[in-house]
Amino acid sequence: MSPFYMNEPILKLSKITKHFGSVVANEKISISLEKGEIVALLGENGAGKTTLMSILFGHYVADKGTVEVFGKKLIPGSPRAALEAGVGMVHQHFTLADNMTVLDNIMLGTESLTSLKSNRKKARHKLNDLMERFGLTVDPKVLVKNLSVGEQQRVEILKVLYRDAKILILDEPTAVLTPQESDTLFETIAQLVEEGLSVIFITHKMREVMTASHRCIVLRLGRVVFESLTAETNPKALAKAMVGSDIPLTIRERQLPGKEVLSLRHITIIDDKGKNPIKDLSLNLKSKEIIGIAGVSGNGQSQLADLISGLIRTYEGQILLDSNIIKNISPRRMIKEGVGRIPDDRNGTGLISDMTIMENIASEAYGNFPFSKRGFLRFNAIAVHAKRLVKKFDVRCPGIDTQVQKLSGGNLQKLILARELSGSPRIIIANQPTWGLDVGATSYVHSRLLNAARQGAGVIIISEDLDELFQVADRIQVMYHGRLSDSEDVDSVDRAKLGLIMSGQFISHVEEETRHET
Amino acid sequence: MRLEIRENTSIVRLVAALFIAVGFAMAVCSVLIIWGGASPVDGWILMIKGALGSKFAVSETLARATPLIFTGLAAAVAFRAKLWNIGGEGQFYIGACMAILLGTRGEMLPSFVMIPYLFTAGAIAGGLFLLVPTFLKTHLNVDEVVTTLLLNFVVLLFVNWLVFGPWKDPMSMGWPQSEPVLDSAILPILMAKTRFHLGFVIAVLSAVFVWWFMAYTTWGFEIRAVGSSIKASTFAGMPVNRTIIRTALISGGLAAMAGVSELCGMKGYLTTDLSPGFGYTGIVVAMLAALNPLGVVASALFVAIIYIGADSMSRAINISNYIADVTTAVSLLSVLVAVLLTKYRIKRG
Repeated sequence: MSPFYMNEPILKLSKITKHFGSVVANEKISISLEKGEIVALLGENGAGKTTLMSILFGHYVADKGTVEVFGKKLIPGSPRAALEAGVGMVHQHFTLADNMTVLDNIMLGTESLTSLKSNRKKARHKLNDLMERFGLTVDPKVLVKNLSVGEQQRVEILKVLYRDAKILILDEPTAVLTPQESDTLFETIAQLVEEGLSVIFITHKMREVMTASHRCIVLRLGRVVFESLTAETNPKALAKAMVGSDIPLTIRERQLPGKEVLSLRHITIIDDKGKNPIKDLSLNLKSKEIIGIAGVSGNGQSQLADLISGLIRTYEGQILLDSNIIKNISPRRMIKEGVGRIPDDRNGTGLISDMTIMENIASEAYGNFPFSKRGFLRFNAIAVHAKRLVKKFDVRCPGIDTQVQKLSGGNLQKLILARELSGSPRIIIANQPTWGLDVGATSYVHSRLLNAARQGAGVIIISEDLDELFQVADRIQVMYHGRLSDSEDVDSVDRAKLGLIMSGQFISHVEEETRHET
Repeated sequence: MRLEIRENTSIVRLVAALFIAVGFAMAVCSVLIIWGGASPVDGWILMIKGALGSKFAVSETLARATPLIFTGLAAAVAFRAKLWNIGGEGQFYIGACMAILLGTRGEMLPSFVMIPYLFTAGAIAGGLFLLVPTFLKTHLNVDEVVTTLLLNFVVLLFVNWLVFGPWKDPMSMGWPQSEPVLDSAILPILMAKTRFHLGFVIAVLSAVFVWWFMAYTTWGFEIRAVGSSIKASTFAGMPVNRTIIRTALISGGLAAMAGVSELCGMKGYLTTDLSPGFGYTGIVVAMLAALNPLGVVASALFVAIIYIGADSMSRAINISNYIADVTTAVSLLSVLVAVLLTKYRIKRG
């Protein structure tokens, strides 16, 4: 049974207000946390979650409002004061030194450099105690770079516990974890709470909120819009609170797949370090179907996307478009062949950020009529086209001559979709198409991709979010160490099995065959 | 303290910032003039008079601005594509060498053929010369800042050898200088009894052409895109290396045109002091103009006013004419900061 304002809170944020220029990041936010409580902080991107936690942790100073920890006011703008008061934060992006051991990483910053050696024994004892008490095991002598992502996160948590934190803040802790690792993490959190700690975790995944939290708080546009005991609410209400309205659910309608549009046969890529980010990978994509590529990031997904986008020119194996082998691939060639490419890095790769919307719309087709004629640009034709697309794809902007870097993430992605889908591509490769987007934009991207598939395109979606793939894909293949697992039908596969494949605990058909032979 | 991006940048704010920046630079330099023992008000008045106070002064200023427009354009085009061509000085002399090589023979060519011929040949040579470091950049990843900069010294030593050796004019009474170009190669003077020559018109027309080229052609579009983001341009299927090579041809060509213009418009023969660093000053001119080709004309005039004005001021009140270098340097720094502050605001905490 979790308390809801029954005892004196150990952490109290009162009327926190923070503006960045004209942007309201936080407006009179008041939240509190009790001993032994797990609170989930929800909100779309830009709702003000991270700003709020940064204020709590002293990275920002609030314009107004106070933070009280264990009844004492916290000095604003001092991470050290926050640490000393017992507030610890585990960031989404780990802050560990790769080439140092676990123990050194944990000790780093707690003592002066000169005394590091003499206190090591004491530190190891303390660390061992912590690991035993909270059931968090990592080998203290191992270098951090040799740990898995889940283990690295454990080190981050231990680092905070080592500093005697009583209040733990986790920023999107499951973003980089496999489902199994996430489960382990939430077991750990339960254990921490059992031992008297309190936890706030930031997330946008409903399932985590429902299974792991006692209480949930929803932020929208910098304000608290919803607060409830988790047991007394449901995902639908939370989603509505996050977005502010009912979101139209994107509904996948399975199509009868058409003929094969893309086939990769035994592709191996050798990068400039002599490694193989992709090894003997084969894939078949038919028209009207959507393949979801799951997997923990860094298993070759981005190279797969780059290959289909035409960015990787040297590889072994064959690429077939419409059953014809193609050679000399380049971005321009792939564009010409009708490949719509949605990269994961919107601002750096997908768009030229200090050029205008109009110029970005034309950045692939500027060489063709009507956008240019004999080497001279025809701005009128480009402007007409850009205006039409901006309207059709609902890109919110002051005008088509707005610099792209001034657009929000959702609008950037809509702009890329506008450019890539306007040519009615036969093949679409979308790498992390909804990463960092809010619920509304995510649902928009999904509906556009589903629509493209309905009209005959074969679509590959690469995502680390299994929920997303279950929502839109017809079949799922998992990428692990540069290989693809067998295709699994979305309607018959279960999450646990995919999780196991993602963590490498499977033998692909290829390896199985070779094992039989020996 | 950190920088926060501004949501909108208005033209009014930008122009105001530029004036404030130049005002700031003048204030800083006023301190130096006081330090030198003169009144800054007199100093600035003398400077303006010296640069713009008479027909002759104006003609000198325009003549000085001419090579700066060319080298400024050369830097502006290259920097727009993030091709860091610091070799304007070397390409300037390559252009000047071509003018001597071809302009001392071909007596039958009339002036209206000779002059375009020299400019074209000079531009081609300068462009090709910049291709060497550019190929090293595109194919072997060699930093072009180092190669273009060092090639300046190679070219200057080569010119040195030429004017002391094979090209030395036997009629020069021992001075290290080449034979003069033919009369048909000399650029017509536009204002009687001054040194204001046709090169200025060609420079301004070049600026208009470069501006139009960058804004309205697919090649110009590619140059701007590649300069903004090589990654995104590659992704969009643009020919990145070809674009960089094209940029090099244009940039090297423009810098070499400065050499042709200066040789055929001012001296008529080649010496090793034909350029007092026009190639380098062109970089300052381009930066002051925020790489805008039309802005280059304005900033070249601004820099020329300061240099010509400072010369005359130093003669009148005995302040070293190094004040010109200091003024342009401080102006450049303050303008860069001012432009930054029109895009970002400083926020505490």
